[in-house]
Amino acid sequence: MSASSSEHTIRLGEIAHARSGDKGDSANIGVLAYTDAGYTWLQQQVTAERVKAYFDHLGPSKVDRYELPNLGALNFVLHDVLDGGGSRSSRVDAQGKTLGRIILDMRIPAPDEVESMRRKSDA
Amino acid sequence: MSDIVRIGNGQGFWGDDIDAPVRLAAGGRIDFLTLDYLAEVTMSILAKQRARDADAGYARDFVDVVTQLADVWREQPNLVVIANAGGLNPQGCAYACIERLRSAGLTGMRVGVVTGDDLMPSMDRFIADGHNFSNLETFELIDFVRDRLVTANAYIGAEPIVEAISQGANLIITGRVADPSMTVAPAAARFGWSADDHQRLAGATVAGHLIECGTQVTGGIFTHWDEIPDPANIGYPIVEVDDDGNCVVTKPDGTGGCVTSETVKEQLVYELGDPAAYLSPDVTVDFTTLTAEEVGHDRVAVRGATGRPPPDTYKVSATYHDGYRATGTLTLVAPRASELGIRCGEIVQERVRRAGYHLEEFSVECIETFTLMSPPVKSEDDAGEVTLRMTAKDPRRAAIERFTKEIVPLVTTGPQGITGYAAGRPKVQEVFAYWPTLIERRLIQPDVRVVEVGS
Repeated sequence: MSASSSEHTIRLGEIAHARSGDKGDSANIGVLAYTDAGYTWLQQQVTAERVKAYFDHLGPSKVDRYELPNLGALNFVLHDVLDGGGSRSSRVDAQGKTLGRIILDMRIPAPDEVESMRRKSDA
Repeated sequence: MSDIVRIGNGQGFWGDDIDAPVRLAAGGRIDFLTLDYLAEVTMSILAKQRARDADAGYARDFVDVVTQLADVWREQPNLVVIANAGGLNPQGCAYACIERLRSAGLTGMRVGVVTGDDLMPSMDRFIADGHNFSNLETFELIDFVRDRLVTANAYIGAEPIVEAISQGANLIITGRVADPSMTVAPAAARFGWSADDHQRLAGATVAGHLIECGTQVTGGIFTHWDEIPDPANIGYPIVEVDDDGNCVVTKPDGTGGCVTSETVKEQLVYELGDPAAYLSPDVTVDFTTLTAEEVGHDRVAVRGATGRPPPDTYKVSATYHDGYRATGTLTLVAPRASELGIRCGEIVQERVRRAGYHLEEFSVECIETFTLMSPPVKSEDDAGEVTLRMTAKDPRRAAIERFTKEIVPLVTTGPQGITGYAAGRPKVQEVFAYWPTLIERRLIQPDVRVVEVGS
């Protein structure tokens, strides 16, 4: 990311919505673009590495990224982030329920045409 | 228009809205009602209940739901209810339900019981035969937890439920089955699909995935939840599945919430791993070929899932004893509240240590809250507000009991502005940890029994 682009960032939540859930000690976060152009931007900008760094405080051992162009979605699987998961975890969010909300505050470089990527009813 | 089967889900987990099943059955114009009671570790809770009472081990609340449903069955004698409420004791659950149905005068009604998912009775033999049941996440062998194992159940598929439907059962009680299979079975039974109709089974599996968590597809936990209409009256989901396995997701008229392409897409990706290989005992589904499109108000068509044969193993959900735990909270208003909160946690840990217990695990979370303070913090010299959440875990119950006694004294020994102790000492809980593993399909023989409610 160049210095100039880092000055112009948007919240991921401006162009996408999201949902998270758990599978054992892993969590998944589905990030869904509001528009096709937004999906292309997500594909370029929201890499597995960036998501891993963003959730560094939860200590993911690995982040896998899967693409669902048919839904305009990326699916991230964050391994070993739930302190044992489910019934074993000591955390208040033992099942990763909040991660979908948290990722929407991630800053990504602003695309030129951000207005056209917003949710229709917000535009 | 092609023939459709309408399948509703009125219970996303044990603890969900207790009136939802009856409301959905009475007002949803559905052919089948599915109810999910079994989360990953629910079985261990049921195991504890069964240890105290051999007749227990199933979701007792469900028996009351059956009583409530009696009136609906009188109006809609063809309604079929499928519930995994049987837990560790589907037969016991069925007996209890049959008693209620008899009292309600529904003699002649047929009740199906699906068993065969419970591995525990054969566990020693399996291990002696060389099955190591290694953990799918950690790769550890089951020997590591064998003597602490509480439950082990295979996620079986739609076939035994299809069999129960074809034998005329109106109430089908199962133990552990894959959640989407409760939706696949009605469609497969209605349209006469075979086990290798992978395409159709894939579509119906997606339909099941969409409704298995109840209102999560009708506006619950939606990113734009603040926009959904009438959330107190949120509608439970219905899928209209056609002979190709495609479906329309909807909900009963006059209910709150909404079904839009956004709510449906969010639920499509819920708890998803590799979208090209969604594993179920009925079929392996590719989610990357499907589409979700609004076709009417609160109606979204989901089409085009593709399927291939399922793996030759069943997923097994096992649980084992993993010591004891307690969680206590206090609320603190102070400048640098989180810092002081962590210091309070250290005091508790130190006092438990002085009492002779070095806790295996101890954690403190400082959750920022603004309940008592108005307006919230303006500068760093101002007081802030945190809820201090302390959790201790240890193999020794006595260590955790000691921990529960060391929290409340902070109200007089801790920092100025500490409160929130009204609930007193927290309860010590047994911890059951999750052990996901696999078993070869040929080793599991699901069994179906259909019995009639006698007079």
